[in-house]
Amino acid sequence: MRFAIDLLLRLYPASFRREYGDEMRALYLQRLAAAGSAAGRFAVFTEELMGTCAGAAAAHGDILRHDVRAAVRAFAHAPGFAFTAVAVTAIGIGANAAAFSVADVVLIRPLPFARPNELVRLWEAPNGAAGLEASPPNWRDWRAMSTSFTAVEAFHAWDVNVVGGSEPQRLEGAVVTPGLMAMLGVPPALGRTLMPTGPADGDVGAIVIADDLWRTMFGADSGVIGHVIQLDGAPHTVIGVMPPTFRFPDRDAQFWLAMPVAEQQIADRTDNWFDVIARLKPGVSIGQASADMRRVGAQLEAAYPQENRNVGVVVRSLRDEMSRESRLLLLGLCGAALCVLLIACANLTSLLLARSLTRRRELAVRAALGAGWERLARQLVTETVLLTGIGGAAGVGIAYAGLPLLARLVPLALPVADVPAIDGRILVFTMIATVLTGLGVGVVPALRASSEAPVSALREGTRGGGGRRQRLRSALVVTEVAASVVLLASAGLLLRALARVQAVDPGFRADHALTMRTALPRPEFDVAARRQRFYDDVIAGVEAVPGVQRAAYISFLPMVMGGGIWPVVRAGEPAVRTPGNTASLRYATPHIFDALGVPVIKGRGIDAADDATRPLVAVVSESFVKRFSPGADPIGMRFSFGLAERTIVGVVRDVKTRGLERESEPQVYLPAAQQPDSALVGYQPKDLVIRTTVPPASVTDAVRAVIGRIAPRQPVSAVQTLDAIVASNTASRTAQVRVLGAFAAIAFLLAAIGIHGLLAYTVSQRAHEFGVRMALGARQGEVVRLVLRHGSSLAAAGVVPGVAVAWAAGRWMQSLLFGLNPADAGTFGAVVALCVVMTLVGCLAPVLRAVRVPPASVFRGD
Amino acid sequence: MTFTDDDIAALLPLPPATFHILMALAPGDRHGYAIILDVEARTGGEIRLSAGTLYRAIHRLLEQGLLAERRRPAGDDERRRYYGLTPFGLAVARAETARLAQMLRMARKQGLLPERA
Repeated sequence: MRFAIDLLLRLYPASFRREYGDEMRALYLQRLAAAGSAAGRFAVFTEELMGTCAGAAAAHGDILRHDVRAAVRAFAHAPGFAFTAVAVTAIGIGANAAAFSVADVVLIRPLPFARPNELVRLWEAPNGAAGLEASPPNWRDWRAMSTSFTAVEAFHAWDVNVVGGSEPQRLEGAVVTPGLMAMLGVPPALGRTLMPTGPADGDVGAIVIADDLWRTMFGADSGVIGHVIQLDGAPHTVIGVMPPTFRFPDRDAQFWLAMPVAEQQIADRTDNWFDVIARLKPGVSIGQASADMRRVGAQLEAAYPQENRNVGVVVRSLRDEMSRESRLLLLGLCGAALCVLLIACANLTSLLLARSLTRRRELAVRAALGAGWERLARQLVTETVLLTGIGGAAGVGIAYAGLPLLARLVPLALPVADVPAIDGRILVFTMIATVLTGLGVGVVPALRASSEAPVSALREGTRGGGGRRQRLRSALVVTEVAASVVLLASAGLLLRALARVQAVDPGFRADHALTMRTALPRPEFDVAARRQRFYDDVIAGVEAVPGVQRAAYISFLPMVMGGGIWPVVRAGEPAVRTPGNTASLRYATPHIFDALGVPVIKGRGIDAADDATRPLVAVVSESFVKRFSPGADPIGMRFSFGLAERTIVGVVRDVKTRGLERESEPQVYLPAAQQPDSALVGYQPKDLVIRTTVPPASVTDAVRAVIGRIAPRQPVSAVQTLDAIVASNTASRTAQVRVLGAFAAIAFLLAAIGIHGLLAYTVSQRAHEFGVRMALGARQGEVVRLVLRHGSSLAAAGVVPGVAVAWAAGRWMQSLLFGLNPADAGTFGAVVALCVVMTLVGCLAPVLRAVRVPPASVFRGD
Repeated sequence: MTFTDDDIAALLPLPPATFHILMALAPGDRHGYAIILDVEARTGGEIRLSAGTLYRAIHRLLEQGLLAERRRPAGDDERRRYYGLTPFGLAVARAETARLAQMLRMARKQGLLPERA
């Protein structure tokens, strides 16, 4: 019975138990004795159990309320400390929760397909250069000859005009081979998916739609199956709706159609447009599959020595494929976030250490007055948890505010939600890490100090404090400086790299140009003359809009579409693609070079007279001349390109069609009026470029009105300025620089706070010494030098290893630096200079305080 | 110890258990078990304070200054601790009694209780 009673008493706070425990135990025993019978004793025990539980909970509540009130009072007395601790915690937790949530979604979480680790992408690799789509015949042969896969399927991005809603719409989606949806293994939300019933069969004329389209176009009608919609004028029956988590091949895909696999369309072994995706057989590794595909590639090369010369095959996992570009970027981001967390914890440690020292006397007094160690511990724990808890809550706010910025680092190709949600586990983990740090450094040392020698603590007053702790704080500050140097230098390098990328000349004038897409429905507009009428009407109408200088149509805008590559074949050469003989093909209407702002260097641009009745002509870019007719006059040169022989009539500047950071093939521009009917249909001009004298966005409505008047059922999509296109080309870089820059600024600020805090503390500890020195005749300058020397030695100790690590980090992310030297002197110079400034500013207030110590005051004691 | 009417008013109304403890101590100092027995006897067994409830209340009343610990009479069990009302505690108990009496008068006036015979 005594044991049970002791157990009951354990429920009370220790201080309460010590005060009343003996008495309560005696009382329990008395009552039990008075109860007599076993049943009576049981009744008494139950009653006491309930009373004790309620009483104990209430007693704990009393203490908690008391401690919280005391903590709030303490914080109010030291608002600087409280605010800094909360801010530091919030920043550390917020930055990490946001960064790791994004990284988790992009790098770690499985893709939303069945057994996603088995999914791989297959690419043609001409001359070892990986990353070319497959030609349909090669796909068909891979599929038949490989032994590593349960399925080898293909898809191709596709877009169509849909008429029927309130406004004509341009929709993006994909055409897929019949077995693709079954291979991905995601069941539909409604109806069925496209079925593997063999090519040119079954599902032609059927459409599977995305959840998004189902909601916007059909109002989430569950009876949508069987509905017929018009795609480019052809009826398609809705057979299925996919769940919202199904995004393939990218986030924007709205529908899936069966691949139109007519024999003549897939005959050309050099026409590469199939994106191939395959599922590994269980237990087959990527390495084994690569070896298998090397064998297949070699056999195909032997069978088709011309078309498949040097064409290898590479196998890459779908996961890596989709986040390859952002992997380095996100790992860097996570490293930065960890740096911030490290600095935050170091700062918190430093803050709490300093505070525990100043509270030594208070704790010693309370211990001397009889407060048990667990009572003091409890209050310190409450204080720390309260502090970090408030910081954590603010951190969640920071994480949510920062997510949209970080979300720009999620690659568009990744089939996941646009803005990742904050991951609860990461939030909890960072909070626990911070709270543990707080407890470890805030409570334990304070208690050891209070328990070891209350009398000496009292005697020492508020001064005192061990040299060991001082050294620990110095080490922490040095760490903070080093970490902030790493972040500053990394951010600086990326900023310089961004500036370099932005300084690259795109080859066209991006300002004062509006673009939009009017993709004409097929096959109705496969007749060139009919298209030409539309172009002429639109261009005439648009050029009549005030503020418009020139308007022209082109197949694809630079940086929006980088492909469209054909082999250039000169007389006597075999008609095959080799790595060095390709150029990009664009059909365009006259004045396209005025509209894009691409200077004509030699000869002429595309002329209105270049129609189907005249000889086929071409305008080429400078690098075309350099590559295919070096030294000779290019005008009049003849070459085969895009299914016909053509004559060069002009040379223009090169354009960065594949974006600022990539090599682009030479460009060939052909007159739109010379495009044959029903051939090269993907190249039919659909992008309208408008050069304006006024801000380009201001003519948007007038231009839309013109198009609406000419073709009321024609959708207008992708309205954007050329400036915006160039900016979006560097968007992820810009986002990265902003994020890392923000992290660096935070780290820098925290390090400055750290230095300032330590020096301020040191000065207050050494006020006595300074007073004595000055009373003995030391000049103010000597005291100033003393403090400055301390501060700058801390900074120097941090800068040296920081620079070394930053240099290593720079080398590690060299591929992101766009040719910038990772040891860029300007960046490192600026970082070191910033650290010097930071140290001086951090020293300023403590120095002023030190020299203002009135010599006499220190002798009066504290 | 000095206290004002405001100090007293801030504590009213008293929780029933607290008022019973103060009542138990009005005649003189008692130890914990005696308080429980007194309350139980006075209410005819209706209110039985558990030890948990009692000591938490005592802890609070000590903190608020309504009770004080008193010297144990010579020869009594060593584990027993005696408690007594402070002047403040007595004042609070009186104020609570006056408040309840006032309530009772009003309730009578409204016909909620038959007039005293």
